[in-house]
Amino acid sequence: MKIHEYQAKEILRRYDVPTPTGKVTADAAEARAICEEFGGRCVVKAQIHAGGRGKGGGVKLAGSPDEAQAHAEAILGMQLVTPQTGPEGQEVRKVLVEQAVDIAHELYLAVTLDRQERRPMLMASRAGGMDIEEVAAEDPDAIVREHFDPFLGLQPYQARRVAGALGLEGKTARKAAALFQGLARAFFDTDASLAEINPLLITGDGDVLALDAKMSFDSNALFRHRDIVAMRDLAEENPLEVRASEFGLNYIKLDGDIACMVNGAGLAMATMDIIKLYGGEPANFLDVGGSASQEAVKAAFQILVDDPAVNAVLINIFGGIARTDRIARGVVGALEELGGVELPVVVRLEGTNVEQGRQILADADFDFVVATDMDDAAEKLVAAAGGQG
Amino acid sequence: MSIWVSNDTRLLVQGITGTEGTFHALGCRDYGTQVVAGVTPGKGGQEVEGIPVFDSVAEARARTECNATMIFVPPPFAADAILEAADAGIELIVCITEGIPVNDMLKVDAFLADRPSRLVGPNCPGVITPGQAKIGIMPGHIHTPGRVGVVSRSGTLTYEAVWQLSNVGLGQSTCVGIGGDPVNGTSFINVMSAFAEDPDTDGVILIGEIGGTAEEEAAAWIADNYDRPVVGFVAGRTAPPGRRMGHAGAIVSGGEGGAEDKMEAMREHGLHVVESPGEMGSTMAKALGA
Repeated sequence: MKIHEYQAKEILRRYDVPTPTGKVTADAAEARAICEEFGGRCVVKAQIHAGGRGKGGGVKLAGSPDEAQAHAEAILGMQLVTPQTGPEGQEVRKVLVEQAVDIAHELYLAVTLDRQERRPMLMASRAGGMDIEEVAAEDPDAIVREHFDPFLGLQPYQARRVAGALGLEGKTARKAAALFQGLARAFFDTDASLAEINPLLITGDGDVLALDAKMSFDSNALFRHRDIVAMRDLAEENPLEVRASEFGLNYIKLDGDIACMVNGAGLAMATMDIIKLYGGEPANFLDVGGSASQEAVKAAFQILVDDPAVNAVLINIFGGIARTDRIARGVVGALEELGGVELPVVVRLEGTNVEQGRQILADADFDFVVATDMDDAAEKLVAAAGGQG
Repeated sequence: MSIWVSNDTRLLVQGITGTEGTFHALGCRDYGTQVVAGVTPGKGGQEVEGIPVFDSVAEARARTECNATMIFVPPPFAADAILEAADAGIELIVCITEGIPVNDMLKVDAFLADRPSRLVGPNCPGVITPGQAKIGIMPGHIHTPGRVGVVSRSGTLTYEAVWQLSNVGLGQSTCVGIGGDPVNGTSFINVMSAFAEDPDTDGVILIGEIGGTAEEEAAAWIADNYDRPVVGFVAGRTAPPGRRMGHAGAIVSGGEGGAEDKMEAMREHGLHVVESPGEMGSTMAKALGA
């Protein structure tokens, strides 16, 4: 689960990570007042979940309260396009107005899990503001990595070692080390999957400050973090994905025109891959799960056909725990409720109760295209979608 | 022969009194597994269809000599169930539960480091030795006894591979689902080492997916240590970066974990890589000259 920058900063401040003074607002006139309160120089920052906001014109420096208001007016309500939003962009509903600070130097800092080492690690680099993936590709030695014991936390000597490796000295090194420990504690306490500060600022006075902050969280641990669940912003998520999540379905919207409904995450990915292999483009990832109810299957089917880009549907079910007759009943139920659909629907059923499942489809008042295996299904599907033009 | 699961397996089911626990305990017993005990704290003394229920794993172990456990405990309590099983010295711990927090699994990982128990999973379908015993939720009837091993991070994709194998007349020695979580117990390499020591496994289908680097590590290990055929597939070539594809561990992030890199590593290390997930069985048949 992702949250906004201003929310991440709220969390980090609790762990003694200093940030610029700021307030969030959805109102341009209020942005003016906040800027005035901060002494007249401020930064207006669009609050959306995607990164790269500056490149899309979502971050502006204002030299006066009037300018802050003008920037806020321009940014609020805009469709902000960044390298991470896709071409349609993301609507901006809130801005963070922050006191402008003097920048002497910028660093990169993040805590994440190193899956290979099975330990959390602090990553830092002197190339602040840059995408860490670019740094990793161009100059991997420029990244400092410090693994730490998840239960002991990042120890002071480790934090000092990182500060030293980054070339920090004196008061700045001491303050940075304290900040590193705070970030590591925040990461573990909140069950985060990523806690990133990019850039981490060194001011002219030698202070350290989180100029930007990004946090995302382990969805499996949200049951013990009600405060973080309350930060979820549904407006930032795809409406079809939100609808799917209400039914406990794992759905991810993609750019293609061939929808697919599958049971199991691995088989669902493999089904997307085989659609592509046969020259089609998958419209989504959808795992209906092992114990999907008839209602959930019905909801899933409606979500698939509600996507206007979809030209054909593939249902690929290998019934283990998920009984194929139950899936078939859900699909037929959805079709009845929809009064049929104009799209070709290719079905491949295998596994538990497959004979009953196939019979239910055969008896239904709809012409399903029946496939015998995955390759057969993909071939028939791509042909059918092409025929739709 | 086979690995880890056989006629000698004496199975305990943790969380046996829940709906899923009961259903699958009986499913395993129907398949032929010796299901000797169940554990649900506070329900000791009860029975589930003739299977005695105990309050603790230690008690179940002392009374029934169970040597393997299958865990159906809900996610917030599942890590504790694994720790309890390891503390009682259970040799094989198979955790089916999906949705355990990563931080809980880091604890489990540290706890198991100096203990002899083997953990398979979590978030996995389990382990089956066809014709002998199954520990897990896989549909037993699609399997046939034979000489091909299967190891996979995915459940239904494993069933797909097994079904394809059975269709081309190849039975399976043992099939192991290692699970879709970023921090799990048994790795691809652990399973491959066991298959390497099994004279009755002639080849292995290894099914990976996006996220992490386990497939690359396994491919390198296989090149140095395993000389029988291995058919490889990696799911998620079409997955967009930065999105978690159903499984907690299935995510391409920081330029790492992409399917193409994994398949390339498999090819470089001599695995028979299939482009289509529909060709796992037929490719193994060709590789074995069957």
